[in-house]
Amino acid sequence: MKKLQNSGRRKFLGILTFTATTAVCWPLIGTAKSQAVTTKRIPSSGEKIPVVGLGSSRTFNVGNDPVARQACTEVMHNFFNAGGNFIDSSPMYGSSQDVIGYALKKLNKTEQVFSADKVWISDHDEGREQMETSRQRWNIKRFDLMQVHNLVSWEEHLQTLYKMKQAGEIRYVGITTSHGRRHRDFEKIMQRHSLDFIQLSYNIIDREVEQRLLPLANERGIAVIVNRPFQRGDLIDWAKRHSLPSWAKEIDCTNWAQFLLKFIVSHPAVTCAIPATTRVDHVLENMSAATGRLPDAMMRKRMITYVENL
Amino acid sequence: MSEWWTYQLADLILFTPKTYFRLIEIYNISIWPIQLVALLLSCIIAVLVWRRPICSGKIIASILALSWLWVAWAFHLQRFADIHWVATYYAVGFVIQASLLIWIGVIRDRLTMNSVESLVQKLGISTLIFALFIQPLLTLFFGENRNQVELFGITPDPTVIATIGLLMLINVRKHWWIYIIPLSWCLISGATLWVLESNYYFVMFVVGILASLAIIKKAH
Repeated sequence: MKKLQNSGRRKFLGILTFTATTAVCWPLIGTAKSQAVTTKRIPSSGEKIPVVGLGSSRTFNVGNDPVARQACTEVMHNFFNAGGNFIDSSPMYGSSQDVIGYALKKLNKTEQVFSADKVWISDHDEGREQMETSRQRWNIKRFDLMQVHNLVSWEEHLQTLYKMKQAGEIRYVGITTSHGRRHRDFEKIMQRHSLDFIQLSYNIIDREVEQRLLPLANERGIAVIVNRPFQRGDLIDWAKRHSLPSWAKEIDCTNWAQFLLKFIVSHPAVTCAIPATTRVDHVLENMSAATGRLPDAMMRKRMITYVENL
Repeated sequence: MSEWWTYQLADLILFTPKTYFRLIEIYNISIWPIQLVALLLSCIIAVLVWRRPICSGKIIASILALSWLWVAWAFHLQRFADIHWVATYYAVGFVIQASLLIWIGVIRDRLTMNSVESLVQKLGISTLIFALFIQPLLTLFFGENRNQVELFGITPDPTVIATIGLLMLINVRKHWWIYIIPLSWCLISGATLWVLESNYYFVMFVVGILASLAIIKKAH
């Protein structure tokens, strides 16, 4: 009898907790689910992906901490619920791949995810083994996109990736850089090799890639993933100290995450941005940037001027 | 890792401060009550330094070597390597230092202590007391909870600082190279804590500078 009473109490508390959580989060969840998610096409295939994805550098590298793993799972749960599916990782990011794999299995999303990972090893002979280890960590059948991380041994790895794509082991091939590293080499590879994706750093402050790399990607039909959209959090922390302009409503922005992300994904060459976070409220804010109107060229100039004058 | 020069320091620390300090917390919880053994060893070192009985050098060297080995295995390899791939190499460095301590202190019995007279020795005593008893209080004060405490023989920083203090205290003029790994760790840990925006990142830099000055002073 006592057991039954306890079980009833637990159920009641469970329902109470669920109701309270839903009530608190409803405005955010409601916003994210009520509008269609903006997508862009991958030029080489025409396949559409949401303009906001999920990065995993630092944020998902939580080791075996069960509490932190659960928190990451919650982030991914809300990301998928809000219409996201593009997740990016790398063997460089410690336990991030394991944590993503853990969450995908728990959420039963191993089929739904658009999986993007990287090969990051100097000895190209060990590249295949590293990619296989990564695949097992993700708990998926195959990667959608495999990229050469920061151009490490890129010539050899690219050849391996082309073979893998031909054999159907991966669907897309790409290269990555971050924080403006090796842009000249990057440009040469884009000009001379067949690529489905490139990944680079771009945000409203760091706009160097607008000069050559983004126009080249547009010209060559290469999809562009943008990493570090918030400069590892520094940019958004700084922006949040200032008020959002009243005219941000014209592009359906109610927070800085939307403002900064909409600036990035509204560039004609950019396919998606991949902000990383450990927080559910932040992932919902980020995903809300994939809804509503995007700025046009005039509005983008206005956004730059506003931020530069802060 | 090729093109390593293109990476900034922050690019190499791929975990958040919260994850790092939670790692220490979970580590402390999982190894309890080994912390009591570590505290006992801290007290034994303090008594040996104070009373200086025969064989104190060998006993202290054994305790230090044991501590470096434990930190290499239990902290770096078993835990830290989960979130930071470089920790495997840190473990190797800690094992090498343990071997050097056994070679010089236990096998060759060269870690002999004289009475504390010189400035370097006085600094050594202060550094040792700081590592054994004050630094744990500092981490208790700045940490989110008591499980994030850092102790000699349990986590790297107090272990390294205590070792530096003891080396400043004893007569190792000819064996300056035994400072190399502890000094390297001061730089690595200080830089890591700086990137993680820890409140006490400067401690490792200060100890490193003090030890470097001690080596120069002893050499002259």
